[in-house]
Amino acid sequence: MPVLWLFLVVLALTGSGFFIGRQRALASAKGDSRNLHSRLPYYGTHAAISVIVPSLLVMAIWLFVQPLVVSSAAEAVLPQALLTADASAGLLMAEVHRVGAELVDQGVTGPLAALVPAGTTAELIPAIELYVANTHTGHLWMSIAVILVALVMGGLALRPINAEFRARNTVERTIMALLIAAASLAILTTVGIVLSMLFETINFFGLHSWTDFFFGTTWAPNFRGDSDLSILPLLWGTLYISLIALIVAVPTGLFAAVYLSEYAGPKTRAFAKPLLEILAGIPTIVYGLFALLTVGPMLTTLFSAGGLLGVDWMKGATSVLTAGVVMGIMLIPFVSSLSDDIINAVPQSMRDGSLGLGATHSETIRQVVIPAALPGIVGAILLAASRAIGETMIVVMGAGALAKFSLNPLESMTTITTRIVSQLTGDGDFSSPETLVAFALGLSLFVLTLGLNVLALFIVRKYREQYE
Amino acid sequence: MYDAPSLEKNVDQKATKIAAKDVQVYYGDTHAIKDVSVDLLANTVTAFIGPSGCGKSTFLRCLNRMNDTIDICRVQGDIRLDGEDIYDKRVDPVQLRAKVGMVFQKPNPFPKSIYDNVAYGPRIHGLARGKSELDEIVESALRRAALWGEVKDRLDAPGTGLSGGQQQRLCIARAVATAPEVLLMDEPCSALDPIATAQVEELIDELRENFSVVIVTHSMQQAARVSQKTAFFHLGNLVEYGDTTQIFTNPIDPRTESYITGRIG
Ligand SMILES: Nc1ncnc2c1ncn2[C@@H]1O[C@H](COP(=O)(O)OP(=O)(O)O)[C@@H](O)[C@H]1O
Ligand SMILES: [Mg+2]
Repeated sequence: MPVLWLFLVVLALTGSGFFIGRQRALASAKGDSRNLHSRLPYYGTHAAISVIVPSLLVMAIWLFVQPLVVSSAAEAVLPQALLTADASAGLLMAEVHRVGAELVDQGVTGPLAALVPAGTTAELIPAIELYVANTHTGHLWMSIAVILVALVMGGLALRPINAEFRARNTVERTIMALLIAAASLAILTTVGIVLSMLFETINFFGLHSWTDFFFGTTWAPNFRGDSDLSILPLLWGTLYISLIALIVAVPTGLFAAVYLSEYAGPKTRAFAKPLLEILAGIPTIVYGLFALLTVGPMLTTLFSAGGLLGVDWMKGATSVLTAGVVMGIMLIPFVSSLSDDIINAVPQSMRDGSLGLGATHSETIRQVVIPAALPGIVGAILLAASRAIGETMIVVMGAGALAKFSLNPLESMTTITTRIVSQLTGDGDFSSPETLVAFALGLSLFVLTLGLNVLALFIVRKYREQYE
Repeated sequence: MYDAPSLEKNVDQKATKIAAKDVQVYYGDTHAIKDVSVDLLANTVTAFIGPSGCGKSTFLRCLNRMNDTIDICRVQGDIRLDGEDIYDKRVDPVQLRAKVGMVFQKPNPFPKSIYDNVAYGPRIHGLARGKSELDEIVESALRRAALWGEVKDRLDAPGTGLSGGQQQRLCIARAVATAPEVLLMDEPCSALDPIATAQVEELIDELRENFSVVIVTHSMQQAARVSQKTAFFHLGNLVEYGDTTQIFTNPIDPRTESYITGRIG
């Protein structure tokens, strides 16, 4: 628990920094806050930020680095005899970690032989002892370092405070720095994700020919080492299902949006719009269940042999159409909610202009409002498309798992995302091409959706320029 | 002038185009127009003046039933265009608006080409029988709006790309192309610079030959320059209505006098 206590101490120091900063400023202004350069709270905030940001930073870095150092020290004293026998260093260290962390939590110090829980490998006790001792020392030094940093930085911040000190400007700058840090964190994570996929993808292309991946026509992983791993049948399934989903979602969503923004009264709107937005938040697995339990069987009763229509078009229980329709239903609120916002952003003066020329309501919508909103609507549709392409659960439950090229929407097919899941789950060796292909698929998917999103953003941005 | 002078004596006598009688307008509970009666004449420019919020726009929008598009707005009274009640149930507001065109305060060209902006009304109302006839309508409307010379080489360029003054003249051309009988203009120059304003004013004077024009304006000079008749509104009432020269030189009501001399803002 030293971490929690340390955190509370830092908070307390931050609070004191705030009040001392305030007092110093006020004293230097002879008690009249109007003599200050900035408003009073800025001085306190300046001191508080100077205390809390560097000390928490030190703490975070320390908490990240310390376990690495402690582990490598403990690993060095692992008994060689055990290492060579039946367990790898990783397994032994896992035990050291588990037992050590438990003892650290209990606050144990000194010789441990008696306290180690039953069942612990006796030969590991020296390593565990070292682990516990080092962790305690580390925490002690961390507390000292963090408090020292807090005090020094607080002192440095408090010294220049007087009536002329431009506290507001420094606070503004610090806040900007914090915001930049948050933004960079988000961007760096994305870069990290892409890089990690990229390395695994490079590994994959070292083991498997890239021409087969991009231009082959068969997806047939096996464990004999001669798998056909081509993205094309999966890409076909992905695009086909997404296309059906968009055919369902775009007209329905768009008409709903036009009704909501142009015809519905304020009461209907106040009730229907939040409802649609709630629909947009339903987890896709629920839609998957709908596909599995309702839409799939319904299509089977209609189209399978002996079905109501007396045709034999649908062989199995799953189909592209099932997944596509359900995915389309999932996307309706998404499309309608975005389009509704966009249609509402078309200035009323545009409608007045058209109505004032004697156009009817629907002529106005068709010829003025929709064209004016079109770039934004296209952007919304592209966003919906990238969601459809990335969707997994509905496909698993609705479309089946067969990778093939076919135009028949009543056949099973599969998509990139579901194959990623199935290649990574299971007992596959992590360095075989059958597993690594998941990363190549993931990267391709990333590039595809990124392209769509960039296109959507580009179009939406162009649209914004029109009315501002 | 309401006592029906003989035609021989007064050759300038114009027919009444729009006759409004006891018009009341409510926005919910707000009584925005109170008991307004006025006769607007054919081939005449009538200016509506008055302080902000006195109901000029509201009354103007009654004349082509644009107030129908505002849910909470209720209009009572009797407004006749060429003797026909425009609030009669049998009248289609859409057809009425084709006869009574409107130009708005802020230029609002559609996000279409210049040509399509002007052709919008004629297309909707089926005024042209072919492409060449439509071309003629567009050209003549743009000429009347004094815009033809500036845009004839770029009819396919977007209307939103024009300057503010050009956009407003495009909107006037758009209204003219629909061949209305009355043209309502709500502060058409308030977003324009002085040069563009002068062009639009010149245009309004020419439009008088074919249309009745009603213009709302905040500028007394503009009212004096372009109009033959002036109506002064105050707090929802029509205070005074008469020849522009008389209103500006010899107002009868003290409120009118205060306004035109700058004492009511
Ligand atoms: N859409 C509306 N909803 C409610 N009240 C309105 C609306 N439009 C105008 N009003 C009210 O009606 C009165 C007259 O407004 P308006 O006709 O716009 O005045 P003017 O054009 O002379 O400045 C004002 O009090 C205004 O607040
Ligand atoms: Mg107004």
